[in-house]
Amino acid sequence: MDFHLIKPMINKIAVFGNSTTKSATQHWLMQRITAVILIPLSFQLIVFLDLCMNAPYQQTVDWLQSPLNRLCIGVWLLAVFYHAAIGLQVVIEDYVADQGLQAKLIKAINLSFLFLMVAALFFMFRVI
Amino acid sequence: MTVKHSRPTSPHLQVYKLPLTGIISISHRITGVLLSAGLLLVVMLFYAVSQGADAYAAMQSMVNFWVVKLMYWGFIYALFFHLCHGVRHVFWDLGEGFEPEKLDKYAKIELATAFALTLATWIFI
Repeated sequence: MDFHLIKPMINKIAVFGNSTTKSATQHWLMQRITAVILIPLSFQLIVFLDLCMNAPYQQTVDWLQSPLNRLCIGVWLLAVFYHAAIGLQVVIEDYVADQGLQAKLIKAINLSFLFLMVAALFFMFRVI
Repeated sequence: MTVKHSRPTSPHLQVYKLPLTGIISISHRITGVLLSAGLLLVVMLFYAVSQGADAYAAMQSMVNFWVVKLMYWGFIYALFFHLCHGVRHVFWDLGEGFEPEKLDKYAKIELATAFALTLATWIFI
């Protein structure tokens, strides 16, 4: 076979392999960094969930207005949606064999989780 | 290129009789996916709080239905289990705890710890 035909193919594969290896290592690390951040913040989340389930409106609003709680919940939101998106990407990569569909699903997940994160932060800052 | 579209998937779960540590491992994944789906509900909570007292009251009357409460505690247990197994992943990353007898022992500790944390949440929060 003519080398000129194979060369671009090899280049393509090489670039693809390199970029995925790089981002996979980064994802692996970020998955762990966000996990460690999320561990203590889970406590704040559970307090917030409990307030939503049981407390009167004003009490939940007051709690959410405290700067410390707002910071904790804000950081939780940033970390948790990122953590979830990376995690779901790995699941999709493992179980969806079709490369085209796989890429589309990952993009869809990333975009919708980004949208949800922004929405949640927006709602939180709307609580006056 | 046909190769591109028929790459192998991970070994299928139903092929094996999983040991406890294997069940725990796939449960980590399943709880991760479920908790991700649960994030939708968390966004809805933020929406309800941001919309004022009426929307908040409507949301509360819905979440106090016993089926929803049961789901809530399921999510709490799933969260603690996912957290405990995540901690073990960090130990594995450090090269600790790969011996077969430790795998089983830690699996049991994880399940018990997640249960204890759920119980503590129920009692103290």
